[in-house]
Amino acid sequence: MPEKQPTADEPHTANEPHAANEPRRAHEPHAANEPRPAHEPRRAHEPRRAHEPTATEPIRTDGGRVTEATPSIQEIPEADTVIESKDLTVHYGDVQALQPVNVRLPEREVTAIIGPSGCGKSTFLRCLNRMNDMVDAARVGGELRFRGKNVYDGDVDPVALRRRVGMVFQKPNPFPKSIYDNVAYGLKIQGFDGDMDARVEEALRGAALWNEVSDQLDSSGLALSGGQQQRLCIARAIAPDPEVILMDEPASALDPVATAKVEDLIDELAEQYTVVIVTHNMQQAARISDKTAVFLTGGKLVEFGDTDRIFENPENQRVEDYITGKFG
Amino acid sequence: MTGSERDGRGSDGGGEDEGVRADGGDPFASVGGNIERKQRLGRVFVGICFASTLVGIVALVALIGDVLYEAWGWVTLDFLTYPPSRFIENYYPGGRGAGIYPALVGSILLIALTAVFTMFIGVGAAIYLEEYAAESRLKSFIEANIANLAGVPSIVYGLLGLAVFVRAVGFGESLLAGALTLTLLILPIVIVSAQEALRAVPDSQREAAYGVGATDWEVVRDVVLPAALPGIMTGTILSLSRAIGETAPLIMVGAATSMFVAPVREVGGVPVPDLFGSFAAMPMQIFDWARLPEAEFQHVAAAGIVVLLTVLLLMNVTAILIRNKYETR
Repeated sequence: MPEKQPTADEPHTANEPHAANEPRRAHEPHAANEPRPAHEPRRAHEPRRAHEPTATEPIRTDGGRVTEATPSIQEIPEADTVIESKDLTVHYGDVQALQPVNVRLPEREVTAIIGPSGCGKSTFLRCLNRMNDMVDAARVGGELRFRGKNVYDGDVDPVALRRRVGMVFQKPNPFPKSIYDNVAYGLKIQGFDGDMDARVEEALRGAALWNEVSDQLDSSGLALSGGQQQRLCIARAIAPDPEVILMDEPASALDPVATAKVEDLIDELAEQYTVVIVTHNMQQAARISDKTAVFLTGGKLVEFGDTDRIFENPENQRVEDYITGKFG
Repeated sequence: MTGSERDGRGSDGGGEDEGVRADGGDPFASVGGNIERKQRLGRVFVGICFASTLVGIVALVALIGDVLYEAWGWVTLDFLTYPPSRFIENYYPGGRGAGIYPALVGSILLIALTAVFTMFIGVGAAIYLEEYAAESRLKSFIEANIANLAGVPSIVYGLLGLAVFVRAVGFGESLLAGALTLTLLILPIVIVSAQEALRAVPDSQREAAYGVGATDWEVVRDVVLPAALPGIMTGTILSLSRAIGETAPLIMVGAATSMFVAPVREVGGVPVPDLFGSFAAMPMQIFDWARLPEAEFQHVAAAGIVVLLTVLLLMNVTAILIRNKYETR
């Protein structure tokens, strides 16, 4: 790809994946305190990004050294933190899948987790709702705090945690039930006894699926297309109204059109929910996320920060190599 | 070889001789490796496989043909509704009537009871092993033993049933003791096939339920069991159709060879299975007829076999229907 000459008024937005390939602009003047370019639709109406300016003043989390030190967690103020990990590690048998992770995930923002295959990004995501409990050989160390409470404490039931932290998986996995029953399932098992029809409709609208399926709620969820199935799974996840939604490569099994729809949806979800998304698609991470965490081989969280900064000006040489496609 | 001719013309006309053979010969001539000989060998192999298939089919057709021929005219409505008799005249059409009725009812009740027991015990064990038990030496040990139990001869189960259910527990030579013995006999097969059905439920389905906050029990009840049920049902029914033809264990637990009434009792005008009464079963009855000296009883035995095979066939058809119904969903 030929390198573009950066110009002063060229916005370095998430919509330009190739920006990562341009020469590094360590301290670009225009980025400093300028208002965000108006043509970025979602940011124009973003009240939730109150602490925005941190993006432009990269905090040297590792003291400027290009080391493998785990990034500091100070970047996110504690008050806005939903999930915080403290020296979180995971072992599968004798293999350490996750080096100590210290990170704070901000409320009502999209945090993308990127990294090459086998870097532990899915492992980390599955710690957030204790999905790793299902793997016999997995051992989790350290702390993972949800609203201040360590979810690996003995008195926390993972079932209760998962009712606050919903999940959407890589492959669409609707139940072989009707669309209505798919969405209602979470509410049913959680003992919801209010207006089920209204909640199902609300969830389907929230997942941008209502207009397509409102007249076939009784037909099987499996009869939908792949993209619709994934949005049905998102509706199922948001129906019980969790605080956090985890997404494990939710678009990797979808075609580009369906992917675009899911990406738009993630953007909307972030107004109401905290979204943590694992993706191996860096353009996607750049497009949809506010914060990015980069894991590299060995299960190490190497860098965490505002997406714009990570993609334009990563601190870590290996992160830059990864983002610019030199490996991974 | 039009392809190579075209190649030749192309290179002549255009002069693009690079990489194109202009000799017009077979472009594959130089491919070595005795392909022709290997292909011939492959055809011989297919022939042998087909012949092996034929052996099975021919044997089955011959068996069924022979039985049907022997039984022709002997399977009548009377045969299905009358108790057996020692006198061949009673089996003739227009005679006093004799047949397989008590054994037919006995077998059906026996299998129905066995089905209830195996469904609960077998599926319960399979769910525990697949969904709950952690991977451990104990679990592998138990699974290896279950697999081995599937190979134990049925007469051994008969002896076990005699010792445990008939004598120790004191059920006597009853329908209940027979059903429990058959349950033990097919339990290993039911457990293994149910485990396979449970294993075939994709983990993504379990994760979907866990992801919205389902408990282990809710995951099994709402997701795993419904998805595995067709497989469990077909496995169970096929095992039951093995059980319905078993004779040896029934000899040991003392199934009667000449029962003249079905093992049914009237309770307040409603017929219910007499769990603690003695019973007859079709395989035993057929064996009994086949032992009788008069040559014509061979026809009666054949008629009994036809009834037994029909019941068996109906069970297998049910299994297939269940599988097809749920698989096309």
